[in-house]
Amino acid sequence: MSNEENGNNISRRKFIKGVGVGIAGSCVLPSLEQSAIAQAKEGGDAVHGGKELLSLTVNGKPVRVLVEPRMTLAELLREKLQLTGTKIVCNQGACGGCTVLLDGHAVYSCHMLALDAAEREVTTIEGLMTGEELHPIQQAFVDKDGYQCGFCTPGQVMAAQALLLRHPRPTREQVLEGMSGNICRCAAYPKILESALAAAEKIRKS
Amino acid sequence: MARKIIKSKYFVEEDFVEVLAEVPAGGSSPLPTNQEMKVIGRPVTRLDGYDKVSGTARYTFDINLPHLAHARTLRSPYAHARITAIDAREAAKMPGVLGIIHYQNVDQIPWYGSSFLFDPHLRYVGDEVACVAAETEAAASAALKRIKVEYEELPFVVDAAAAMKQNAPAIHEGGNIQGGKPAVYARGDFDAGLAEADVVVEETFTTQVEVHNPTEVHCSVVNWEGDRLTVWDSTQAIFSVRDTVAQSLGLPASQVRVIKRYMGGGFGSKLTTGKYTVMAALLAQRIGRPVRITLDREEMNLAVGNRPDSVQKLTVAAKKDGTLSAMSHWSYGAVGAYPSGAACSWPLRTIYQCPNVKTEEYSVFINAGPGRPFRAPGHVQGTFALESILDDVAEKLAMDPLEFRRKNHATIDQVMNLPYTSKKLLEAYDAGAKAIGWDRRRKVPGADKGRYQRGLGFASQIWWGAGTPPAGCILKLNRDGSVRLIAGTQDIGTGTYTVMAQVAAEILEIPIERIQVNLGDTAVGPYCPLSGGSLTTPSVTPAVADAALQMKEKLLSAAAAILEVPQGELVYQRGEVRHTGDTSKKKTIVEILREMREQTLLTYGARNANPEGYAINSFGAQFAEVEVDTLTGHVKVIKVVAAHDIGRAVNRLTLENQFHGGILQGIGFALMEERVIDPQTGKVLTVNLHDYKMPTIMDMPEIEVIIVSEADTKISNVGAKGVGEPAMIPTPGAIANAIYNAIGVRLHSLPMTPDKILMALAQKG
Repeated sequence: MSNEENGNNISRRKFIKGVGVGIAGSCVLPSLEQSAIAQAKEGGDAVHGGKELLSLTVNGKPVRVLVEPRMTLAELLREKLQLTGTKIVCNQGACGGCTVLLDGHAVYSCHMLALDAAEREVTTIEGLMTGEELHPIQQAFVDKDGYQCGFCTPGQVMAAQALLLRHPRPTREQVLEGMSGNICRCAAYPKILESALAAAEKIRKS
Repeated sequence: MARKIIKSKYFVEEDFVEVLAEVPAGGSSPLPTNQEMKVIGRPVTRLDGYDKVSGTARYTFDINLPHLAHARTLRSPYAHARITAIDAREAAKMPGVLGIIHYQNVDQIPWYGSSFLFDPHLRYVGDEVACVAAETEAAASAALKRIKVEYEELPFVVDAAAAMKQNAPAIHEGGNIQGGKPAVYARGDFDAGLAEADVVVEETFTTQVEVHNPTEVHCSVVNWEGDRLTVWDSTQAIFSVRDTVAQSLGLPASQVRVIKRYMGGGFGSKLTTGKYTVMAALLAQRIGRPVRITLDREEMNLAVGNRPDSVQKLTVAAKKDGTLSAMSHWSYGAVGAYPSGAACSWPLRTIYQCPNVKTEEYSVFINAGPGRPFRAPGHVQGTFALESILDDVAEKLAMDPLEFRRKNHATIDQVMNLPYTSKKLLEAYDAGAKAIGWDRRRKVPGADKGRYQRGLGFASQIWWGAGTPPAGCILKLNRDGSVRLIAGTQDIGTGTYTVMAQVAAEILEIPIERIQVNLGDTAVGPYCPLSGGSLTTPSVTPAVADAALQMKEKLLSAAAAILEVPQGELVYQRGEVRHTGDTSKKKTIVEILREMREQTLLTYGARNANPEGYAINSFGAQFAEVEVDTLTGHVKVIKVVAAHDIGRAVNRLTLENQFHGGILQGIGFALMEERVIDPQTGKVLTVNLHDYKMPTIMDMPEIEVIIVSEADTKISNVGAKGVGEPAMIPTPGAIANAIYNAIGVRLHSLPMTPDKILMALAQKG
C-alpha cells in the first residue's frame, strides 16, 4: 500500500477489504508442526528442521515431544505444553522470572535448553497445585500480599519452594539468599519475605 | 440520580488536562471514618490473588489464539541515520514468513507529532525500521536479519549539553530544544530576595536516565473480525490505546476493542500507545491472521521510555532566622529523540513557603530512546536536588534540617494561590521523626570514625492527589445477592480490583467474596482515566461508592413498595431491608429481586467533581538511615520510615505494598540504576537485566509505613489521595541526606554508586 490515494490516511475501503478474512481464512494453511516435521524428514532447515525427540517428566506426568535443539525449557513449557504460568522476563538468566524446579532444584528455565531436561523431573507453578487447591506457599503469598502485578510471582513461588525443600526452617538470611535470584520490579520484597517465612511456618505445622 | 456535565481540570504526570465529565449533580457526602468501617481501610487480601499465585492469571504475554502469527521488529542499529534503500524480498521468502511491513509499503501514519510509524529518518538506536510476521517468533527473528537496509549515517548527539549547542546535529527541524524555548516560571522578585538573604547556596545536581523495565515486556495480541479489531494490550490506558489505534488505522474508535486483564507492571512506560500495536494490526490485516507482537528485554531498554536525565542548578537564599527568601532552579534534561518532558522544578515551586522564585527548564532532544512518564516524573529528580541543597542551607544556618523545613512550611499552593483541601505534612514530620529516632542523628556530619559510618536523613514530598472525573462504574446486583462491578479502569498490579470491591462490600454489607470485578475492557466498562499519576484509587472508588449508595436506595425503595410502608421507616443492613418498628417486616435482596421479578438491579455511579477553589495534593516525609562502607563505597539502606498524608487508606495491605515498592524503586534510582550510552557509537550498553542494575530482595531495608491522614472529606465520598508516586518521590533525597550525614561530604550526582562515594571520600581527605 502506498500513499498515492489519500496522503497520510489509509483508504478505509481498501482497509476493510484487506481484513475481511479474519482468523477463519487461515485454516487451510498447514500447521507449523506438520511442515516442520516434513522439513526435518527432508534433511532439515536452519530454522524449523532438525527436531529431536525429548522425553521428560513435567508436573508428575511423562512428556514425549519433538523439539528444536535451540528451544529453551521455558519455551517448551510455554509454547509446546501451554504451561504459561512460567513467565519469560529477561530471557537471559538474570532475573528468575522463569524459575521452575528441576529434580527439586530451582533453575532459570529461560537459560537452559529443553533437551538438557531430558529424563529429568520438571515442576512448574501449575504442578504445585493439588487439583484446584493452592499449595501452602501459594496460599502464603495470597495471605501476605507477596506480590503486586503478579508477573514474577510464579518464579518467586517456585524459588520459595526450592528454598523450603532445602531449608524447611529457614532463617531470615536464608530466605533473603534463597529469594535473591528473583527480581520483582514492583519490589514487593518485604511481603515476599513475609510470605516465604509464613509458608515455612504453615508447612511445619501441617 | 441527577447528573450534570462539568469541565474538569487535573494534572496527570506532566501536564494539566481539561476534560468534560458527567458528575453527580448533588456533589458527594463523605463516608464514615475508617474506625467505623468493616472492610474499607482493612488489610483485605487481593481478589485476584488466586489467579496470580496459581499461574492461571492470563497476561497479554500469555494469550494464544488459533492460527496466531508472531511478529518481531527490526530496529535501527544507528543513533542517527536515513534509510536510502530497503529490500525485504529475500526475507519474505524465508520459511514461515507471512508478511513484512516498512516505510515503503505502508501509508505514512503520523506518530510523535512530526514523525511517522515508519520514518526513513531514524533518530535513535532502536527506532523502528520494519516489522515481520511469521509462523513463530524464531522465524520472524531470523527474517529480520535478511532484510537488506542501506543506511546513510548522520552525525548524532547523545548528550543533552552537547545537543543544546549551536552546531549540534539537528534531530528535528527547529532545533534540539523541545518547543524552541525553555519552560519558565517566576513569582516575586528573585534578585530582591537574594539581596535580603544572609545565606546563599548554589549547587548543581545531576540525575541519570532510569528505565522502567516492567517484568512483562510490552506486547499486544490483535485479531480482526471483519472490520472490527480486538487488541489485547499490556497497557495502563485502554481508552487511549483504543483511540490511538483507531486513529492510526482510520477506523471509528467504536470498532476497536482494547482488553487488558492482567499486566506485569508499567510504572509509566505503558501509558503510551506503542507503535508495535499498530504494526501488529497492519500485519494481521495483510496476512488474515491474528498476530502477537512482543518486545524483548533489549527493546525494552531501548524503545519504550525512560525517566529523562537532569542537570539542575539550584540557588537557595535564606535569612538568619531560617526563612527562605529566594529560590531558583535552572535545568535541562534529555527527552530522547521524540517529544517528552524533562522538567523537574515543581517541588521547588510549591512545597516550601518562598515569596521569590524563578525557574527555567529545557527539554532537549538527543539521539536516544524517547522518554516517557516514570513514577512521579520530574518530582523524584527535582526532590533529590531540592532536599539536598536545603540540608546544606540548614547546616550553614546551624539549624536542624527538620526545623528548617518546619519554619518554611507552606499553607497554600503558591503557584495557583489556592488553599489545600488538606495538608498534614507537619504531622508526617512528627510521626516520622519519632519512628526513626531523629534525635539519634549525628549533629556533626561524618562524625563516625570507623570503616562503617551511619547517618540519618530525610526529605519531603508533594504530588497531585485528587484523581478526576469522568470515572464511571456499573454495579449489577444479582438475584442471588452477589455483585458485579464493571468499570473501564485497569488494575496495573496496584490492587484496583480489590479496593473497588472493598468499597462496594462496605456499603452494601455483602461479603467481599460475593463481589466480582470486571475491568480493562473498552467494549464493556464505562470510561475511567488512565492508570497513572496516582489517579486510579481517588478517581474510581468514589464512583463505586456512588453506585453502591444508589443501589441501597433502590433496595429501600423497592422494599417500601413491597411492604407498603414509608421508605423512611426502613433501614438497610447486611443484605436486608428491615422496618425500624415492626421487626417482622423485612426483605432480603433475594426476596426483593424475586418479588420485583428482576434477575439483576443496575446502577451507574460517577465520580464527583473536585471542589472549586482548592489545590489537592498528597504530602509526606521519608526518613532514611544508611550505613556507608568507607572501604568499598557501598551504601546499605538500613531503615526507611515513610510518613504520609494520602487521605483515606482504603486497603492497608496493598497500600503498604505500594510504599515498599516505591521506596525500593527510590533506592534503585538513588544507588544503582542507570542507562549508559556509549558516546562513540550512540549505542545503549545497559540493555539487559544483568547490566541494568535493579534492586533485589538483598537491597531491602526495614520499612515502616505511617499514614497520618484520615479521609479528605473535601475531595470525594471516599476521600482517598493516590499513593503510587508519593511512595517514591522523597526516597532518593532522604538517602542522599543520610549519606551526607554519615560521611560528611555531599554527593551531587545520582546514582550514588561506590565509585562516586569513594571519590567523594578521597576529596574529603
